[in-house]
Amino acid sequence: MKYYSYFPGCSAEAAASPLGLSVPPVAKALDMELVELEDWNCCGSTPYWSVDKLEAACMAARNLALAEKTGLDLVTPCSNCFVILHSTNNHLKELPRFREQVSEALAAANLKYGGGVRVRHLAEVLYTDITPEAIGAKVTKPLKGLKVAPYYGCQLVRPNGFDDPESPHSLDELVASLGADVVSWELKAHCCGSSLVMSEQEVALGLVNKLLRNAEENGAQCLVTPCPLCHINLDVYQSAVNSQFKTRYNLPVLFVTQLIGVALGISADELALSRNVVSPTRVLAPYL
Amino acid sequence: MAETMVKAPAAEVSFIDEVCSIPGGEAIRSCIQCGMCTGSCPTANKWDYSPRRVIAMVRAGLRDELLSSNSMWFCASCYTCTVRCPRDIKPADIMHALEIIAIRSGLSTKRSRTPVMYKCFVDSARGNGRVYELGMMIKLFLRTNPFAALKMAPVGLGLFLHRRLPLKPSRIKGIGELKAVLDKARALGGAK
Repeated sequence: MKYYSYFPGCSAEAAASPLGLSVPPVAKALDMELVELEDWNCCGSTPYWSVDKLEAACMAARNLALAEKTGLDLVTPCSNCFVILHSTNNHLKELPRFREQVSEALAAANLKYGGGVRVRHLAEVLYTDITPEAIGAKVTKPLKGLKVAPYYGCQLVRPNGFDDPESPHSLDELVASLGADVVSWELKAHCCGSSLVMSEQEVALGLVNKLLRNAEENGAQCLVTPCPLCHINLDVYQSAVNSQFKTRYNLPVLFVTQLIGVALGISADELALSRNVVSPTRVLAPYL
Repeated sequence: MAETMVKAPAAEVSFIDEVCSIPGGEAIRSCIQCGMCTGSCPTANKWDYSPRRVIAMVRAGLRDELLSSNSMWFCASCYTCTVRCPRDIKPADIMHALEIIAIRSGLSTKRSRTPVMYKCFVDSARGNGRVYELGMMIKLFLRTNPFAALKMAPVGLGLFLHRRLPLKPSRIKGIGELKAVLDKARALGGAK
């Protein structure tokens, strides 16, 4: 059994709930004990970073201070939480004056952070600690014949990534370990527009359109991503892309934990597949 | 290089030092204007001034002209520029720094909804300790264009029907503790 401190992030509880719900059963099947960080708060997030960096760092630092008490690596399934928590950790290490200010603010609630937490993305933990080989060994329903396009998005691999930031391969290997056919496509680590979908919708949908077209042209039957924001843009907004660009995409987008779960024989209910807006049941039917 | 979080810059602080004072903005002076950031940016065609020009404008001291532009608000934080920059100047972090300074200075543009969206997001995170998406979206539409909400209705309905749009916020137990930390941070944010 491997132990981790677990930081779900706000979206895993709401707009990306298929992620939040599919993580625990998959972790259990892979002998991972994810101990949810007690009373965690918003990571700080890119919007907060762009309004007040000291306050945003304090949001992140409260979580880091709480995680430090557990002595475990802090693992998050959210790519944005990963970047914010990881980068805050770096700033606190590299910038003594900034560290002093954050420490002083934390002291207002009797909190202290010594800089000892290792922040990790769940996808990296699955790849590095659990390994595609070990996951493959537990597969009971090989996804033979299923054409899956791995979509990394940005913040899993940039700027703090463990994989090649231009041409990553870790998700490809995880998907391959499940017996699926890995679709090779050019835009696998290109941007989906992230939260701009709320403020500059046409710009973000233009980026999503390019991604869906490139995946479809390369024969993908579905996409798989680790990132909640990417999932919202590609899955929830797919119908908006269809209206804006007169397209007819019907490409299911799965969280990586959902796809692994299907191959491990975990039920559709436990993996919250019914919460995906573009229904994945047709392409997954042979394996459920 | 100063690392203090300068809230209201004293007159003698140059624009470039203001940017340098925000974590992530320190290396801007190393820029060689190669244009890799602009060439790598997925939204650069929407920016009033391209990422490369933004950096040149900081160095030229064109403060108000740049801070009132829409440029940095189109940064989607994909960090492609950051991993490709041959001088390691972290252009995405510089865009975040410019957003911070634009808001502080009251110069953030009204031609993009991103500044208001970010502020709504921060209010939500500060108020509950976690982000409440529905509340945030409602606030965003009320503050910008309530009629745009109609266009969003199918997306909202999709989220709701797939049980991805909780109707009430989740609030952390330690919200008092968090507020104490954030208030202290705010107090420390003033010029020293």
